[in-house]
Amino acid sequence: MNAPTTESAGGNAPAASYTAPAFRVRQLLPSLLVWALLLSAPYWLPLFGGYTALGSRVLVYALAALGLNLLLGFTGGLSFGHAAYFGLGAYGTGLMLKFVTHSTPLAMLVGVLTGGLGATLFGPVTVRRRGIYFAMITIAIGQMFYFIAVRWNSFTGGEDGLTGFSRTNLHFGHAVLNIHNPVLFYYFALFFFAIGCAVIKLVLNSPLGHTFVAIRDNPKRLRFLGVPIGVYIWIAFALSGFVVALAGSLNALLNNFTSPENLFWILSGDFVIICVLGGMRTFWGPLVGAVIFVVVQDYLSSITVNWMSFIGAIFVLAVLFFPWGLLGFFQRRIQK
Amino acid sequence: MELLLFNVFNGFIIGMFYALMALGLSLILGLNGIINFSHGGFLALGGYLAYSLTPAIGFWGALVLSPFLAGLLGLVVERGLIRPLYGRDPLYSLLLTFGLAMIMQDLIRTFWGATGLPFSVPSALNHPLSQVYFFITGYRVFLVVLALLATAGLFALLRYTRVGVRIRAGNSDLETVSALGINIYRLRAINFGVGILLAGLAGVLAAGRLGLTPTMGTSLIMPSFVAIIVGGVGSLLGSMLGGIIIGIAAGVMTTYYPAASDVIIYIIMAVVLIVRPRGLMGQEGLLE
Repeated sequence: MNAPTTESAGGNAPAASYTAPAFRVRQLLPSLLVWALLLSAPYWLPLFGGYTALGSRVLVYALAALGLNLLLGFTGGLSFGHAAYFGLGAYGTGLMLKFVTHSTPLAMLVGVLTGGLGATLFGPVTVRRRGIYFAMITIAIGQMFYFIAVRWNSFTGGEDGLTGFSRTNLHFGHAVLNIHNPVLFYYFALFFFAIGCAVIKLVLNSPLGHTFVAIRDNPKRLRFLGVPIGVYIWIAFALSGFVVALAGSLNALLNNFTSPENLFWILSGDFVIICVLGGMRTFWGPLVGAVIFVVVQDYLSSITVNWMSFIGAIFVLAVLFFPWGLLGFFQRRIQK
Repeated sequence: MELLLFNVFNGFIIGMFYALMALGLSLILGLNGIINFSHGGFLALGGYLAYSLTPAIGFWGALVLSPFLAGLLGLVVERGLIRPLYGRDPLYSLLLTFGLAMIMQDLIRTFWGATGLPFSVPSALNHPLSQVYFFITGYRVFLVVLALLATAGLFALLRYTRVGVRIRAGNSDLETVSALGINIYRLRAINFGVGILLAGLAGVLAAGRLGLTPTMGTSLIMPSFVAIIVGGVGSLLGSMLGGIIIGIAAGVMTTYYPAASDVIIYIIMAVVLIVRPRGLMGQEGLLE
C-alpha cells in the first residue's frame, strides 16, 4: 500500500519542482518582453499614432484587470462589481487632493486604503454565496457606491463628477519630479503598475496563491480537506480590491477628474471583458486585453457615436468565438 | 402622514416594476441558468415599441402587442446567442448578455433619441379616484391590478399547464426531464420568451408611469437583482416579495431622507445576506 504511493510521488516530484536553466529563461522571456515594451512605450507609441496618455490609460486599466484577475481568473470568484473599488480609490485620492493635502503620494495612499478596505469590508458579505449568486451580489454592492457618489452632491460633485483637483509634483529632498509631464506621469504610473504586478506575482507564487488556484479548480475537494474556502476568497477579494483601488487612484491622477462612471457597472463589465479578452488563466492576459480594449475604445469613440454597440459586440463575439482569450489561445496552441 | 402614504403607495408601484422584472429574471435564472443582463434592454424595448405603436393601434393594442414583440425578439436572441452557452461557465452568459444590454441601449438611443420621451396613457385612466388621496389615479391602480394579474397568470401557467409543470420540473432536475423525452431546448426557449414577455409588459407599464429614456432598463435591473437576492434565488414568490419590499422601503425612505432612497435597498440586501444568506424564501445551495 505504502510503496506505490511513494513511488508515484517520487516519479512526479522532479517534473514538478525541478526546471532546467534553459527552460527558465524561456519562461522568463515573455515577461522580459513585456517589461521592455512597457519601458520603451513613450518612444514607440507615437510611431503608431498613439499618445502617451493612451499608454497611461492602458496601464491603469491593465492594473485594474490584473487585480481583478487575481480573484476572477486565479480564485474563480466571478466579481462583476470591481468598479466599486476602482471608483473608491479614485474618489479617495481626488477628495484628499481637493480638500486635505497637496501631497500626491499621501492622497494615493488614502485612495488605495479606501478602496482596499472597502473591498475588505464587503468581502464577507459577498463570499457567503458562490457562482452566479456571487456575481449578482458583487454587482449590487458596486451599484450602491455608485448611488452614494451620485446622491452625495455636496461632497462628491454628484453626476458631474469630482473636479477641482490636480496631481502635484513629487519632491525628493531638493529634486522635483514633474509628473504634469505626460511622459513622466507614464513612468510614475508604470512604477506603481510594477509594484502591483510584483505583489500579485508574489501572492500567486506563495502557498496562499496555490490555495487560490486550488479553490478555483476544485472547491468541493478543498472544503472536504477542511480549508475555510470563504476566508480565502475573502482574502483574494480584499487583495484584488487593493490593487484595483491603486489603479483607480492612478486614474484620478491621470485625468485630474473622477466621475460616477468610475463606479458604474459598465466599468466592472469592462474589467471582466478585459481579463477574458486577454486570457484570464494567464498572468499577462489582462494586460493584453487592456491594450486591445483601450485602443479599440479610443479608436471607435473617435469615429462613431455608436461605439457602445461595437464594444457590446466585442463582448458577444469574444464569448461566442474566443472564450479563452488571446494568450489562452496561444497557450493551448503551444501545449498541443 | 399623507406624504408617507403617498410615498408608500408610490414605492409599492415601483416595487411592482421590480417584481415583474425580478419574476422574469428569476424564471430565466432558474431554468436557463443564466443571469439575463439584457433584461433591462428588453424592458426599455417594450416601452419604446408601445410608444411607436400607440399612434397606429392605440394604447390598448400597444399594451398587448409590444410585450409579445419583445418576447419574440427574446426568442430570436435565445436561439442565436444564448443557446450555445448552456452548460458553460456562468461567466460567459453574463458577459454575453452584458454586451447585449450595451448594444440594445445604444440602438434604442440611436433610433428614438437620447432625450426622454413622454408616453401618455388614455385620459380615462388618468384622473384621481379619490378626493382625499389625490395620488390614487386610475392608471396607478390599473398598473397594480395588471401586474398582479400577470403574476397570477404566470403562477397559473406554472401550476396548471403542461409546459408550466415541465418548467418547474426542469428547475429541480433538468437532466431527468430531458431523459423523459421532453425537448428541453424548446422548453428553455419558451421559458426565456415568457420571461422577456414579462419584461416587455413591465416596460409598457413603466413607460406610462416613469416616461421613456434609453437607460430606463438599466436603472430598473439593478434593484431587480437586489429583489431576487432579498427574496431568495429559486423562489418566484420570493422575488416578487423582494421587489415589493425594497420598493416600499425606498418609498418610506423618500419621505424621511430622500438622498438615501437609492442606497437603502442595498443596505437591506446586505442585512439579508448577513442574517439569512439564502434570502427570505430561497433554497439553500441552489445555483452555486
